[in-house]
Amino acid sequence: MKTMFIAFFAIAVIAVGANVILKQAGFSSKNSTSGAAVRLDN
Amino acid sequence: MLRAMIALILTLSFLSTANAQGGAAPDRSATGGAQTLGDIMTRQRGEEVDNSFRSGATGDASRAADISNQLGTLGGNSDPELWRALRFGSADITASNTGPAATVLIQDGGMGWLKFREGPLTTYGGALLMGVIALLAAFFMYRGRIKIDGEKTGRKITRFKAIERFGHWLLSGSFILLGLTGLISLFGRKFLIPTFGHEAFSFLAVGSKWVHNNVSWAFMVALGMIFVMWVAENIPHRTDINWLRKGGGIFSKGHPPAKKFNAGQKIIFWSVIVLGVSISVSGLSLLFPFEINMFAATFAKINATGIGGLLGFGELREVLAPHEEMQYAQLWHSVVSFVLMAIILAHIYIGSLGMEGAYDAMGSGDVEEQWAREHHSLWVEEVLGEANNVSETRKAPAVKAAKAPATKTAKGTSAKAAKVPATKVAKATLANAAKVPVAKMVNATAAKPKKVPPKK
Repeated sequence: MKTMFIAFFAIAVIAVGANVILKQAGFSSKNSTSGAAVRLDN
Repeated sequence: MLRAMIALILTLSFLSTANAQGGAAPDRSATGGAQTLGDIMTRQRGEEVDNSFRSGATGDASRAADISNQLGTLGGNSDPELWRALRFGSADITASNTGPAATVLIQDGGMGWLKFREGPLTTYGGALLMGVIALLAAFFMYRGRIKIDGEKTGRKITRFKAIERFGHWLLSGSFILLGLTGLISLFGRKFLIPTFGHEAFSFLAVGSKWVHNNVSWAFMVALGMIFVMWVAENIPHRTDINWLRKGGGIFSKGHPPAKKFNAGQKIIFWSVIVLGVSISVSGLSLLFPFEINMFAATFAKINATGIGGLLGFGELREVLAPHEEMQYAQLWHSVVSFVLMAIILAHIYIGSLGMEGAYDAMGSGDVEEQWAREHHSLWVEEVLGEANNVSETRKAPAVKAAKAPATKTAKGTSAKAAKVPATKVAKATLANAAKVPVAKMVNATAAKPKKVPPKK
């Protein structure tokens, strides 16, 4: 049981971690489909 | 059998003649070169119309009505020409965002994808999942929960270590999340908007996409772990043929022998690996859009085999527009996911509701010895046979039996197990030895099980 919950927690950590890492590495859709000329945030 | 095969192959090779149709270019003078009623009717019948008379009619200023005409153009370029150019991809467009999708305002080839996605994919995919659930329900009503036949010994054998269980739950937890969010992405607009409204669904859909895209990494990591940990014991073996022939014993009395993983489990393992890798690869293509294009090359390889001519579907297109690649990836991803979800539903059933004692394997990692003797007899012998003083078995705390001589039966037979205090246990174990002929062959290496007539 305990191992199962540890695994579920690991899923959450990997998901959030992957999201943060990919964004920082420039793989967000904002980075790959637009450039300096595009005003996305306001 | 061979003659039937030859007949089948010959019949299939004649399918190509069914598609042999030619046609002269239709006469479109009645409409001045635009599409005719005949074209419309052809399209409504579901047949293909060659659109080159329209896709080529773009950008010719001399065809435009003069600016001073009653229905003249503005500036000499006709609007229909502009829309045709946009639709068939020949317009000159600049956009401030980049990428292959940026300058495609109308994607003509996408209608086929949309119709398939909203039609056969949702219909047959949904039917598959509901059908599997119905089948499992019917099976449960007929067969009930598969109980442990013999008397429970109260002793446990360690079946899966903590890291194995961690890998399994990482895989299955992420699979459940991915499956549910995937189903929301496909069925949500059709079924959830009418139920919950646009605002609530939008929140759900955005969250669902986040979960799906990010949990996929956990799934891929877990898939690698599972493969590395269990591939060795999932290689097909001779005992699997016997197990399959007996249907795993699911409809009969008695239990065919099996090692750590029986043939049914090996089917699950290889399905998960093969289909899971396929889903992962198409999923990666969707995660990084327009960058991992595989279908054009695959179609080229299929064309090279010549199978198109044999089965009559002609040549597959070897040049695909970027959107088309993504659409094929999405369809492949969905279809393979439906198949894997259907298989996993059966796996979840048998591991929880369907069979007493099965869940412990993944729950605590330790299984009731009697359960193991019935369902994985060869594995039990391997495990207990290796034990000299260091036994892998642990007694369940509730059992007060002081000694368990059966744990030391490396060379022992089930006759020794009969000396365990309770005569009921003895009879049950003997009875089980009778049902499991290979139980006697402890001395033989587990790799070569022999069939021994049941001991009286």
